[in-house]
Amino acid sequence: MTKQYKAAALISGGLDSMLAARAMQEQGIYVEGLNFFTGFCVEGHTHAIRKKDQAKPKRNNALWVAEQLGMKLHFVDVVEEYKEVLFNPKHGYGANLNPCLDCKIFMVEKALEWIKEHDFDFIITGEVIGQRPKSQRKETMPVIARESGAEGLLLRPLCGKNLPATTPETEGWIDRAGLFDFSGRTRKPQMALAKQYGFEEYAQPAGGCCFLTDAPYAVKLADLWKSRGEKAYELDDIMLLKVGRHLRPKPEFKIIISREEGEGKFLQGYKKQYISLKTTSHAGPLALLDGRVTPEDLAFAARIVARYSQGRNADQVELEIREKDGTTQTISVAPMAVHEIRKEWLL
Amino acid sequence: MSNSEDTIVVDARRLLCPMPVIRVQNAVKKLMPGARVEAICTDPGALSDIPVWARINGHKIIATVSRDDEHIITLEVGEESPL
Repeated sequence: MTKQYKAAALISGGLDSMLAARAMQEQGIYVEGLNFFTGFCVEGHTHAIRKKDQAKPKRNNALWVAEQLGMKLHFVDVVEEYKEVLFNPKHGYGANLNPCLDCKIFMVEKALEWIKEHDFDFIITGEVIGQRPKSQRKETMPVIARESGAEGLLLRPLCGKNLPATTPETEGWIDRAGLFDFSGRTRKPQMALAKQYGFEEYAQPAGGCCFLTDAPYAVKLADLWKSRGEKAYELDDIMLLKVGRHLRPKPEFKIIISREEGEGKFLQGYKKQYISLKTTSHAGPLALLDGRVTPEDLAFAARIVARYSQGRNADQVELEIREKDGTTQTISVAPMAVHEIRKEWLL
Repeated sequence: MSNSEDTIVVDARRLLCPMPVIRVQNAVKKLMPGARVEAICTDPGALSDIPVWARINGHKIIATVSRDDEHIITLEVGEESPL
């Protein structure tokens, strides 16, 4: 009886990993998907929080791809382990705080652990030579295979013909002739292959599956590290960076101000972890204070929050200030004038 | 936390997808076929994601109830342990 070979596919939810997994299924390989959750994954979080977006259909693309391919998908929570990758990337950052090459090495390394634990034979990714400037280059392909420890067990079906033969090929588990020679940033070969496989719908390739590639997000993360005097974060920290308007009027504290109802509701969940401010005399946002504040700072922050309320043109606006322990006080302040809000406060 | 011998309650309130799915996946790992998981979520994305995850991994959605801003999704662990 012929052995059924099994592969674990790194599934991001995009077209390339979908095609790579399908290409292996076409060769009779049993494939299951892995999706690594770092906390920075773009999976419609802003969309999920904002009230105005909630009527629109939302899906997790990795799950959707798995269902289209008829395969299982396993989420792997790597939030804690990922910190070391982000804090000290051996190969450096990309344009923002994206450690793409180290990230790929890390994920393949985790996939290698997974296949050993689950008795799978090899790993596949949707990488294409030249597709991404940092991690998907001809020179980086062997680096990923080597530094992850996967070596010949890492197969890239979409560009495999442009690379040395891997173990699944040399051992005859798959046929090299059934691999592809895609390269470069063009998406045309992928789209043609999608059509050949009958995929009429797929996530649009955007190159941005991670908040760390997003410049405004990276600015906020860098500010968080600077304010704490070290590279450190918890999951709540990096979630909050996705929500609201962030202002740092003083080095000691930051204000997170909701921009609409959904964000206000989301921020409410953090009222036990942060001092919160809410206008009571006028409709307005919920705001959280992150850092150390004096009573003077509280009044200063209240003036800023009042500026973003319906009472921005009123002489006085009342706000309720809620401490983490639930005790409250009411404060009346003059809203800050627009010209007083300095540009450099906005993160 | 459980509300009966065979039902595990997963509190995934305030968590954004895929975290509710990860919490459910981790709960299911420890259960035998036939056991139930009740996930309480606030991210409406869970209404789509948990059923898809259940389907592709061989579990069955028993009920979905939405109340105010909370969504309660109950699934039954399938025969074949997927993990």
